[in-house]
Amino acid sequence: MITITDLHASINGKEILKGLNLQVKAGEVHAIMGPNGAGKSTLASVLAGREDYEVTQGSVDFDGVDLLDMDTEDRAREGLFLAFQYPIEIPGVSNINFLRTAINEIREHKGEDAISAKDFMAKVREKSALVELDSKLASRSVNEGFSGGEKKRNEIFQMAMLEPKLSILDETDSGLDIDALRIVANGVNKLKSKENASIVITHYQRLLDYIVPDVVHVLYDGKIVKSGPKELALELEEKGYDWIKEELAK
Amino acid sequence: MADYTENELAKDLENQEYKFGFTTDIESDTIAKGLSEDVIRFISNKKNEPEWLLEFRLNAFKIWNEMTEPEWAHVHYKKPDFQDISYYSAPKQTKKYESWDDVDPEMKETMAKLGISLEEQKRLTGVAVDFVMDSVSVATSFKAKLKELGIIFCSFSEAVQEYPELVKANMGTVVPSTDNFYAALNSAVFTDGSFCYIPKGVKCPMELSTYFRINEGGTGQFERTLVVADEGSYVSYLEGCTAPQRDENQLHAAVVELIAKDNAEIKYSTVQNWYPGDKEGKGGIFNFVTKRGICGTASKISWTQVETGSAVTWKYPSCILKGDHSIGEFYSVAVTNNFQQADTGTKMIHLGKNTKSTIISKGISAGKSQNSYRGLVQIHKNADNARNFSQCDSLLMTDECGAHTFPYIECKNSSAKIEHEATTSKIGEDQIFYCLQRGISEEKAISLIVNGYCKEVLNQLPMEFAVEAQKLLTISLEGSVG
Repeated sequence: MITITDLHASINGKEILKGLNLQVKAGEVHAIMGPNGAGKSTLASVLAGREDYEVTQGSVDFDGVDLLDMDTEDRAREGLFLAFQYPIEIPGVSNINFLRTAINEIREHKGEDAISAKDFMAKVREKSALVELDSKLASRSVNEGFSGGEKKRNEIFQMAMLEPKLSILDETDSGLDIDALRIVANGVNKLKSKENASIVITHYQRLLDYIVPDVVHVLYDGKIVKSGPKELALELEEKGYDWIKEELAK
Repeated sequence: MADYTENELAKDLENQEYKFGFTTDIESDTIAKGLSEDVIRFISNKKNEPEWLLEFRLNAFKIWNEMTEPEWAHVHYKKPDFQDISYYSAPKQTKKYESWDDVDPEMKETMAKLGISLEEQKRLTGVAVDFVMDSVSVATSFKAKLKELGIIFCSFSEAVQEYPELVKANMGTVVPSTDNFYAALNSAVFTDGSFCYIPKGVKCPMELSTYFRINEGGTGQFERTLVVADEGSYVSYLEGCTAPQRDENQLHAAVVELIAKDNAEIKYSTVQNWYPGDKEGKGGIFNFVTKRGICGTASKISWTQVETGSAVTWKYPSCILKGDHSIGEFYSVAVTNNFQQADTGTKMIHLGKNTKSTIISKGISAGKSQNSYRGLVQIHKNADNARNFSQCDSLLMTDECGAHTFPYIECKNSSAKIEHEATTSKIGEDQIFYCLQRGISEEKAISLIVNGYCKEVLNQLPMEFAVEAQKLLTISLEGSVG
């Protein structure tokens, strides 16, 4: 699905990613953990194509195409989805209008006809039920006046609507109470299939109680320094990141 | 509006240049440039006007001669040379049109290009259109149907001939010739415009619509609109403006007067996209307009405007809330791009008791443009329990543009409640990135964000106008994020 090779990226001249390697196959869920400032959110932003970041070295193959060569919107249209750590508010633009615009842009990119209003609304009903999102929220302005939990649920709702190949969840668990966490995780699990994949970026292990990863990676100082099965997350939770630092220092 | 598809927008996006920049090749009857008493007599004579109207014009001309052009607005431009303008241009047609079929095909073509083919309008929207090309109104549809209800909707010239008493009794009562420099100029040289009268208790069943268009090079357009809504009546009036692309600056100085008698309601909507000049700021329309309405007891006047065109805009649609319990509203979206300058807003004059006014102004500045909101809320001594709510938001698209707010409040009655809210924001890179990440193109993202920002105002427009306004906003802001 995605192969990241020796990725270096910097912002304002400061190098954040320093030779990152990662491979995720279809059907897999990968967790990326790491201490503050390790480059977790930078990785998400670089893959999504945020302009503030400059890629200085390395390559990213996304299902056979050069991801770094594509514009932000084309990456999205090719099936890369980023669930934002801090979802953005767009006053006056309804969620529904926003999503229909997005879906039709993606369909147009694929040479398909625009979605009919009937099919679209059926899809809205189906997917909002999946993330237990109040259908009233679907009609409200994008994220405007939403609680923290509603914003995160809305991200997963959008993910469900857009049906991406690769989803990157950037600290989706931050600011969620345990019920909201369960709902969000449930949504992600239900959307999982053999054809898609997820990268779950998180600070804490608790999200991984709900979304069980196939592989856990530790990101530290701009590189993946350790990878292992889901038990690695528990070990990290128990010992903290200092353990990794010490191991690296040897 | 919810059903409006973004695909339609996308099609329009392909057309980046000023969409209405064509001229119509019709022989015009234009007098030599310059302004004098003789020119005014010529216009008056040409239009076969009664003596009192000639007097009105000459008096206004005297007043104008003693006035100086105002300089308080936050706009900078080369002042027009008033002797270098031709004050009368009429499409060369001697006979009056008996029916729509008699209208010059080329003129119909022009209307078709404007997207307001009357046939289509009749069929699809039921809008009665009074089309003013340069100075003479060429076609008025639906007149017969309106006539059954006693509604008069015709060109100003026709009203002068057919209903002189109504015109005489009302014109100049809301905007007197002495009001300001451009109102005085208009009063002296106006050539045509629209007149509308709704009789007592009649609710006008359709939107009345006028399109203004400047066609001839080197001409100014001075139209006058007078809308009188008699007691208990209702009318929704639409005004749209376009002008072809020209290198020179053209002057447009209109006067609009609204009279809402007791318990009447007038809703007046404008979509203005006069040619704004090119990317270097060359050419474009100078839009100096005086619009004002007066409210009787428990009546309501609502102004909605979407201003995307003109090189310089100077315009303050206002309400005089004379009658007790009367209501004034002003909803405005003003977009400036490249080198456009706009100084626009409203005046709400509270004279009566329990009067209410609402002001919602949304300014959008892009390129190197300057966009100012200027508003006055005036509560007079006897206006007990007057209420005003004002909200002025500015959205900046680039680092080189300017947004300014000049709110004036004068309150002489302690029972008044006045609220004013203002915000300034820059279009968020975060918002655009968010849209891009969902697969939405940058142009479409801007269109979504801007239309969302203007929603409160666009919602006030009648359906067909709202769609047009949305498209215009998008076209006006093409490639403007920086």
